[in-house]
Amino acid sequence: MSTTVTPPPKKVNRIGLEILNYKGLKTTLCAGCGHNAISERIVECFYELGIEPYHVAKFSGIGCSSKSPAYFLGQSHGFNAVHGRMPAVASGAILANHHILGLGVTGDGDTASIGIGQFMHQVRRNVPMIYVIEDNGVYGLTKGQFSATADLGSKLKTGVLNDLPPFDCCALALKWGATFVARSFSGDKKQLQALLKAAIVHKGLSVIDVVSPCVTFNDHEGSTKSYSYMKDHEEPLHEVDFVPSYEDITVEIPEGEVREVVLHDGSRLRIRKLDRDYDPTQKISALAALEEAEAKGEVLTGVLYVAPEKPTFIELLNLMDEPLATLPESKVRPSKEVLDLVMEELR
Amino acid sequence: MSTVEVSPAEPRSDEASRPVINDFSIQVATVNGSGSQTANTVLMRSIFQMGIPVSGKNMFPSNIAGLPTWFTIRASKHGYIGRKKEVDFLVAMNPETAREDVMSLDSGAAVVYDEPLKLNALRSDLHFYPVPFDKLVAPVCPEAKLRKLVRNMIYDGVVANLLSIDMQEIRKALVKQFGKKKAKAAELNWGAAQAGYDYAAKTFTKRDPFRVERMNETAGKIIIDGNSASALGCLFAGVTVVTWYPITPSSSLVETLIAYMKRFRIDPETGKASFAVVQAEDELASIGMAIGAGWAGARSMTATAGPGISLMAEFIGLGYYAEIPAVIFDVERVGPSTGLPTRTAQGDLLSCALLSHGDTKHPMFFPCSPEECFTMAQDAFNLAERFQTPVFVMTDLDLGMNNWMSDPFPYPTTPIDRGKVLSAEDLEKLGGFARYRDVDGDGVGYRTIPGTRHPAAAYFTRGSGHNDRAGYSEREDDYMNNMDRLALKFETMRTHVPPPVAEYNDRARIGLIAVGTSHHAVEESRDQLRNEYEIETSYLRPKAYPFNAELVEFIRRHDRVYVVDQNRDAQLLGLMRLELEPEDIARLRSLRYYGGLPLDARTVTDEVIRQEGK
Repeated sequence: MSTTVTPPPKKVNRIGLEILNYKGLKTTLCAGCGHNAISERIVECFYELGIEPYHVAKFSGIGCSSKSPAYFLGQSHGFNAVHGRMPAVASGAILANHHILGLGVTGDGDTASIGIGQFMHQVRRNVPMIYVIEDNGVYGLTKGQFSATADLGSKLKTGVLNDLPPFDCCALALKWGATFVARSFSGDKKQLQALLKAAIVHKGLSVIDVVSPCVTFNDHEGSTKSYSYMKDHEEPLHEVDFVPSYEDITVEIPEGEVREVVLHDGSRLRIRKLDRDYDPTQKISALAALEEAEAKGEVLTGVLYVAPEKPTFIELLNLMDEPLATLPESKVRPSKEVLDLVMEELR
Repeated sequence: MSTVEVSPAEPRSDEASRPVINDFSIQVATVNGSGSQTANTVLMRSIFQMGIPVSGKNMFPSNIAGLPTWFTIRASKHGYIGRKKEVDFLVAMNPETAREDVMSLDSGAAVVYDEPLKLNALRSDLHFYPVPFDKLVAPVCPEAKLRKLVRNMIYDGVVANLLSIDMQEIRKALVKQFGKKKAKAAELNWGAAQAGYDYAAKTFTKRDPFRVERMNETAGKIIIDGNSASALGCLFAGVTVVTWYPITPSSSLVETLIAYMKRFRIDPETGKASFAVVQAEDELASIGMAIGAGWAGARSMTATAGPGISLMAEFIGLGYYAEIPAVIFDVERVGPSTGLPTRTAQGDLLSCALLSHGDTKHPMFFPCSPEECFTMAQDAFNLAERFQTPVFVMTDLDLGMNNWMSDPFPYPTTPIDRGKVLSAEDLEKLGGFARYRDVDGDGVGYRTIPGTRHPAAAYFTRGSGHNDRAGYSEREDDYMNNMDRLALKFETMRTHVPPPVAEYNDRARIGLIAVGTSHHAVEESRDQLRNEYEIETSYLRPKAYPFNAELVEFIRRHDRVYVVDQNRDAQLLGLMRLELEPEDIARLRSLRYYGGLPLDARTVTDEVIRQEGK
């Protein structure tokens, strides 16, 4: 006698892949690190949207945040580059193959200190990719020094006070031409997921600054990037639910007015207004909102700004549809007649 | 008819009776920004059109306008195209340098000068030809603001008359220079040249011995600068991603490349580009993009000079360790630091060979001519992809920015080599791959590029320690195995880079070794050593680093070997020292020049003679 055990059907997404296909190696970051939560959201988003892992390339710089791409999307190519220069490497790769969905993950040291120049130029060029800043205001891997996003007056574990004002990466991105700017908190699963999904379908550069507390060096009283501080001060701008065009998600349509931003591929970003009539297509009000929140000591989260139609760098460069990386010799080496013509001109 | 010959002893009547034909150098001294470039190019080209081997070298300041600049044109019936140290025929247009320019001439030289400078009072052993440029320019150029530019063309006419350059060749060169679109400008300049010619014809009695005579040595040849030649090499190498940051003397390489790409690399049907060019925010970004693009499968490159090389160090180390192809053109200029940005050197050999921290070493190509810029650009891309590593093409300001006579470039005869890249089909057959495993015994693993549609295609690229499956590792054995494999890869390259050019002379006890533009001085110096000192020499010119086995062979066949360096610290010799046996090193002698001008034969000859104790 034998009993037949029917295994439960595997749960798969719209392209037939399991969530396992989207996971990476086991994290080596500290238990409870906000970065791990972000990695989990990335796994969920790509799984839920049914994106082919081979279609994605991950990029990072140096630091705790930059280690994390090893911990998600194990079937996607990854490139852990040098400190602060993730944008250049990602740009090069995307120029080589603009069909790649680029996912950059950096930290606040990477982006706001050594790499602020590259960050600003990436924004200015609107290189089509997702640019996640895992922002904890501290250098974790070198054991707890202030970064350029550490708040004025915040205190290190050693008691050292930060006497310089912080860079606001969202405000910088807004000012210098970013086409998608959002802020979230690593502990806010629902919001972060919705933002990541919106970023995935945005055709240009999407900047998401995620406040991601460092449990070891910056999660204590006196730190403005700690869990307890965030829980008390986070002010969601609006609740977002992202509806991809290829998957029917039932969402709870919020009461009251709904503002829709149509993204390039026809998918829609739905923003529920909370206490303000917030329009994410207005750069000036976005900057003002950030300033106001800063003045009130609050962290404003949500989609601050979206400009879905602005041409991407790939469009500006007028690249052919076929990836440059795999063009055949016939398309990249001109004929002998061309060489003869050039030689004749030089005689 | 008058000539302002101030000569008490008149020692040159002799010389005049023995004309010097097609073997002299003309130097034009002007002020930067005065528009002398056109006049100089036309003069050089007209000599070239008369079939006489010619070379032109621009010595210019790091400045847009107002500082002294010198352009030297050398005509050589022997075909020598290196710099000639002595100036035979001076055109002194710059009041600030005129005195020093005249005082540094050898006796018997000729001087065309702006009459108000009264240079004839300075020396009595030269041939002076004063020209009232301002008086001559007014009638041929009614528009006063253009006179400054057209004025220079007058000396072309004067020089043409004095050197017997055919005025029709001047006209032809002018038309070539201005093109059909600027016919008016060409006419205006032609008028000025004629005015100069006529003035000289009716005013001067020719006393100096220098003149040209038609030859047939330039038929079919082209005139091109090395940067343009490198650009064409990249174009035909199939470059797809070009990232750069402007820096003298490399900028014109990319600017020329952009112009050619726009002409020849836009799909005629779709109007879309098969290339991407990005002027980056700095050299950190330009090399970063090149590395990113190379990683993702593009043929990527950047061009820079010394300061850019310093900035790129960290990324080049990543490229070496993570094994990513990219081609870097280093158009060398004088360092350290800002140095002399508009002077030439071979001062980056050691820094490029070993660029970045830790144990790193990088292949380099050493083109000596535009034709080699063209062919080696293609070799460099193939090597970079075959060996999955950054590759340097070491040119210099002399080669890159000066105009050279060259044979037309050959169309590539071999297909583009994309190296060991696994496709989805390959992965399906293999079931998977280990990125950094030496499967073939040559030190080079197989790679995949992002976007390869297979679950086993992905790997994680990192500059941190890794094992042969590209996994993070700090293990001693993983690290050492990886470093040893990288060393093996470098050894394998020795037989894949172009072999050196060797010229053995059975009677030679001494040998010369040089790379790049030193070649032209060395070639001429070998003739000087033979003709003037009866010293026979052999010559080895490595075309690439790592050096091929013939280097040791060459050294062992000679008692003493002079290694020619255009830098203070004997960097080429230093590179050899790193890998040679002590008994081979003992045969090496260093011959160095580092003054910022293109190396000349006389400097080489004099130094060999000094060290030989003759």
